[in-house]
Amino acid sequence: MSFSEKTKEIYQAQLNDIEAKGIFKQERLIHSSQAADIEVEFPEGSDLKTVINMCSNNYLGLSSHPDVVKAAHDGLDSRGYGMSSVRFICGTQDIHNELEHKVTEFLGTEDTILFPSCMDANTGVFEAILTEEDIMISDRLVHASIIDGIRLSPAQHDTFKHSNMDHLEKKLQLHVDKRLKVVITDGVFSMDGDTAKLDQMADLCEKYDAMLFVDDSHSSGFIGKTGRGTHEKCGVMGRVDIITTTFGKALGGASGGCVSGRREIVEMCRQKARPYLFSNTIAPVVVSGVLRVLDILSQSTERRDKLEKNTEYWRQGLTEAGFVLKEGDTPIVPVMLFNAKLAQDFSRDLYTEGIYAIGFFFPVVPNGQARIRTQISAGHEMHHLEKALAAFKKVGEKHDILGKTKQEIIAQYGL
Amino acid sequence: MEDIKQVILDYVIEEYVEDEDEEVTFDTPLISGGIVDSFSMVSLKRFLENKYQISIPDEKASPEAFDTVDLIVELVKEFTAGK
Repeated sequence: MSFSEKTKEIYQAQLNDIEAKGIFKQERLIHSSQAADIEVEFPEGSDLKTVINMCSNNYLGLSSHPDVVKAAHDGLDSRGYGMSSVRFICGTQDIHNELEHKVTEFLGTEDTILFPSCMDANTGVFEAILTEEDIMISDRLVHASIIDGIRLSPAQHDTFKHSNMDHLEKKLQLHVDKRLKVVITDGVFSMDGDTAKLDQMADLCEKYDAMLFVDDSHSSGFIGKTGRGTHEKCGVMGRVDIITTTFGKALGGASGGCVSGRREIVEMCRQKARPYLFSNTIAPVVVSGVLRVLDILSQSTERRDKLEKNTEYWRQGLTEAGFVLKEGDTPIVPVMLFNAKLAQDFSRDLYTEGIYAIGFFFPVVPNGQARIRTQISAGHEMHHLEKALAAFKKVGEKHDILGKTKQEIIAQYGL
Repeated sequence: MEDIKQVILDYVIEEYVEDEDEEVTFDTPLISGGIVDSFSMVSLKRFLENKYQISIPDEKASPEAFDTVDLIVELVKEFTAGK
């Protein structure tokens, strides 16, 4: 037997260690489709409970939209379930090509290549386009998938303090002699909900002859006046060289991602990116759904407008109630609690009140910055937000943190 | 010779500390304390190598060896000894 007692013990010890550190992840079973109201079984085996979902990436409420579901059904009927091949052998259907063209048009770029996920896009792109003569300079808070992509690339790398343009400029000066330079950032940062300063970054990149890379996974579809993303919001459409994004969040929420940007970059990915070359691309059922999502978003900004209004209401309500929030104007609204145990207790008490929102703490966020990350959706109606706000106030009162400053909460609960 | 400890502490504060209120001393845990993430350690290693004209092998540049300014100084001394 190859899986010996010794092997088993090694893994069990590691799992015990994760549990002892309080970072053992458990899934909560959802018995309904993704929406503002969901039916949850938690803990496993308990009765189903209907709760308001305040922590999904379903920003535009399109995950279960009837038109999207119908389009997916149609795609399943007309193009089948699977491709049984990678793209360059016999796994490219006409609708893959159509989706690449539509994404290019939507994002205002030159070309697009689909990937099985944005995780795959981010892990594949840097290795495909850079060599050891080049440098990647990334914001310190970029997503884990970008960090993995950087690690897989032979290029050199450096980091700059989060959104600190002076520090970025110093790094660009330090690496001025490198052959190719690429500055790497998230568009909207997933844990803090703040937006990258793309206007300043684009200026710096032009000044120092560097490419600009933006992961717009938490932006595509709803950030900017017509939902194109952070490049629209910051007025730099056409000045971002590489955009990666996902179809697993606002754009239908199923799966899939892409690299979109300069024609040469996309072509290099088509020739060299390993997740593209060695994995099937997005299934036809999902491609058909995303195509419908892009149609919906190109016809009207109603959903992103509603999301903006919901976000304003939510931020204002929490602020007036006396919570400490991370500054920003995106639908990611982190309620800062600083102490990890408090964040866990707060999440548990919210669940008792019928609100589903998760506590985040070290190592997912820096030590001493524990929080409840709330995410607003266009699928939320006013009654959802009113109920959620009332629950937050009740739980906030219970833990005696309303109106308290960061220092006062830390003094009360510690870090 | 410059005080190595102070030079390294100054660099760490300049390069990594985001919150001005955060006090960092010679024995403050940098990596296990969440001030320096292991991924961003690369600039510290590059700084040490350039400043002291040494080459630190990757296996020696572990998060544990870089966890405090005191430990970093020990590491630098190990590689500058005999130079």
